[in-house]
Amino acid sequence: MTVGLPHFLFVSAVLFALGLFAVMRRRNTVGILMGVELMLNACNINFVAFSRYVQHGIDGQIMAAFVIVLAAAEAAVALAIVLALFRNYGTVNADTAQSLKR
Amino acid sequence: MTADLIFFLLAALTLIPAFWVVLSSNLVHAGFALLFTLLGVAGLYAWLGADFLAITQLMVYIGGVLVLILFTVMMTRLPEGKRPVHGLDRLVPPAFLGLAIFALLYKVITGTDWAAGALTEALPTTSVIGLNLLTNYIFPFEYVSLVLLAAMIGAAILVREGKANGEEPAHEDTEVTS
Repeated sequence: MTVGLPHFLFVSAVLFALGLFAVMRRRNTVGILMGVELMLNACNINFVAFSRYVQHGIDGQIMAAFVIVLAAAEAAVALAIVLALFRNYGTVNADTAQSLKR
Repeated sequence: MTADLIFFLLAALTLIPAFWVVLSSNLVHAGFALLFTLLGVAGLYAWLGADFLAITQLMVYIGGVLVLILFTVMMTRLPEGKRPVHGLDRLVPPAFLGLAIFALLYKVITGTDWAAGALTEALPTTSVIGLNLLTNYIFPFEYVSLVLLAAMIGAAILVREGKANGEEPAHEDTEVTS
């Protein structure tokens, strides 16, 4: 059995399901963010695997690079929001952040 | 054969810590497990011949995002008794939905006849990616740089001191930024 495209898709599917599970299960905002990162990585594996096995080109890798850049920007803004949340509410529990204005 | 073995090792390096990321009740442990997951994903990129992406993953994710996440986890840590406890109501529906999504994906993966060709020789990708970014992908490239600038300014404004209490920022701050 040689490693092919389905193997990569399988790894990516497990990673995506775990990320979804974390996003739904965690109450801590940073934990939710970790789940989002797992899901983004799962998508990136798919992009690169398809570009290697099916397209034989470079487009999938460029898409994956854009996803990495957007994930970095998203993490910076999300963690700034988490810190503001902690300063205002004294907790990072996502359930307590229910009002737009304090 | 050796390549297959390396793939399975990398897949294990990706997936086993991923379970730890999701299930650990200690977020610092989860963050450090995330380090190994991201490392495994970088290894998978390298296995697929995406050398530039593998290095980018190491530098941006492990060097940037993960450090940010760990700092935030440690700065927003609550004392032992005040941490939220995960009950069964937060375990069963997410597990059900996660398994359902995985079952759907698994059915699609095994049931589809992917037009996967044989592997071609892996060539260095950095120059090709650079050329494409400045020709075919010039608009997304410029747009993503704008997004990064906006994210940087937004993050700086969000964590600015004094903003949280609704008071005006100090005068010298505005002079520096103008």
